[in-house]
Amino acid sequence: MTLTRDDAQRGTPAPAPGTRTQQKRWRSADVRAGYAFLTPWLLGFLLLTVGPMLASLYLAFTDYNLFRSPSWVGFDNFTALFSDPRYIQSVKVTAVYVLVGTPIKLIAALAVAMLLNLKHSAQGAYRSIFYAPSLIGASVSIAIVWKAMFIDDGMVDKIGQFFGAPAGGWVGNPDMTMPMMILLAVWQFGAPMVIFLAGLKQVPAELYEAASVDGAGAVRKFLKITLPMLSPVIFFNLLLETINAFQVFNSAFIISGGTGGPAGSTLFYTLYLYIRGFTDFQMGYASAMAWVLVLVVGIITAVFFKTSKSWVHYSGETR
Amino acid sequence: MSQTSYPNLPAQAAGGVLLMEDTATGPEGPGGRVAGSRSAAQRRRRVRAVAFHVLILAITVVILYPAVWMLMSSFKPSSDIVGSINLIPTTFTLDNFAKALGGIGGVSFWTFFMNSMILAVASVVGVVLSATVSAYAFARISFPGRGLFFSLMIGTLLLPFHVVIIPQYIIFNNLGLVNSFVPLLAGKFLAAEAFFVFLMVQFMRNLPRELDEAARIDGAGHVRIFRSIMLPLMRPAIITSSIFAFIWSWNDFLGPLLYLKKPDLYSLPIALRLYVDQTSVSDYGAQMAMAVLALLPVLLFFIVFQRYIVDGVATQGLKG
Repeated sequence: MTLTRDDAQRGTPAPAPGTRTQQKRWRSADVRAGYAFLTPWLLGFLLLTVGPMLASLYLAFTDYNLFRSPSWVGFDNFTALFSDPRYIQSVKVTAVYVLVGTPIKLIAALAVAMLLNLKHSAQGAYRSIFYAPSLIGASVSIAIVWKAMFIDDGMVDKIGQFFGAPAGGWVGNPDMTMPMMILLAVWQFGAPMVIFLAGLKQVPAELYEAASVDGAGAVRKFLKITLPMLSPVIFFNLLLETINAFQVFNSAFIISGGTGGPAGSTLFYTLYLYIRGFTDFQMGYASAMAWVLVLVVGIITAVFFKTSKSWVHYSGETR
Repeated sequence: MSQTSYPNLPAQAAGGVLLMEDTATGPEGPGGRVAGSRSAAQRRRRVRAVAFHVLILAITVVILYPAVWMLMSSFKPSSDIVGSINLIPTTFTLDNFAKALGGIGGVSFWTFFMNSMILAVASVVGVVLSATVSAYAFARISFPGRGLFFSLMIGTLLLPFHVVIIPQYIIFNNLGLVNSFVPLLAGKFLAAEAFFVFLMVQFMRNLPRELDEAARIDGAGHVRIFRSIMLPLMRPAIITSSIFAFIWSWNDFLGPLLYLKKPDLYSLPIALRLYVDQTSVSDYGAQMAMAVLALLPVLLFFIVFQRYIVDGVATQGLKG
């Protein structure tokens, strides 16, 4: 739980405070060893990340289908995106999933973490059990199970009808696929919960004791102590879960049989990207989609970091 | 919070004022006040303890239900699965497993299983080799550019990897490496999964510097320090990374979907997907059986290593 703003700075070799660059002289043995040890990562970074990113930036401005050489089309792919109803649909589906699913998942995670934090004796086993879905939730097996459970006239449907919900199924019903996908996400609340729980343990008990002495109630303690003290952890979870939610693919692919159906209701962004790139082989178009995703995720990350200064509270001694 | 040894986090007694002592329900016996005179307070505490357990149990049931339902369904005839809320099979059958083990289109289940196993084991080897070495450079050697590279590495943690899959596919396709395991393993051997590098850097930073310095005074170079001092001390981080590398590789779907197009190269998730597409909709039994078989190694790993896994998530913020 350590991904924070100043990690980047901590990585620097800190050549004494002054601005003079050559205060610290590199030992040539260190330089050689440094690059030698870094070689695997450097190669991977250049060949598998930077190179492909530049290539995909170029492809985004071309018409390319893997069999003909790319031809330059300028911004055509990008303008085409916004008049493509399937693309708009995929943006909508993903936005709803991120904006609704992520907060529900995080609130569930925090609530259960606080519940578990009440009693330390029972924690170990429950912590593991609650975490387990996070480990298997994105697997094909679970997607198949989810589909079988939520299929029309399936067991969830029957339980729903028992409680008076209208029949109509989930998997085949465009109005219900999103709740089904969000339930699958919420089912995997364990990973953020474990992180919240670790954060809760760091909150000094004296703060609560002092607040009790001052006559603060449970709600006040939650708002004035728990939330601020947890804010670095909330920040971390919010950032990672949001970014991950943008990239959901496996379950949507399996449940919809790779189509994003019914009626485009599970056409998640990455699924549409896959369909365009690897089913239709419109790789220029798909690259444009990928870059829009990178920009959106980048902007959201930047906004998170910028606003974090006003709401994320780092207490001096914990770091 | 950035402690990186994986402490067992013994139930720290002071967990805030909301902490309720276990009165009678807990296994550790009465956590007791001396005088039992305040019966009202005690009763209230008891009610809260019961409420706590009821709530926790309810959550546990909801969490476990899908997994148990899958397991139980795999022993039911297909006609009994969909729409059945009952967990216990009324008719118990092993036919589903026989069918699932029979494989698909002439390729045996064990071929898929072995493919998945080779990929997962090779991923573990690749990740451990490349991440330890790279992390040593980041954590213990000063050289120009380190800070910049470290920031870039952190950046790749947040980068949606979809931006690289198309060019990567084009490259591997041109190299004739589609339908081989190379595209799936290249990233593991080249430390492209920054999570592991990051985890190991964090871990190494908490190892005492004096160790390297003493070794250096004795004339040891970086290779020696890395091999004889760092690697042995890195054991917990290596174990955690290996577990996650194995499970992520085992569950990986998009990679094999892109690169493995011949049935005898399929990993389990791809085979499973083909199975779902091919078998008639009504054959849920065999699908469930295969889903169970595909998850089994992950569940075994989880049961054996749960402490490492959950503590790894708690201290490193590893995603699931």
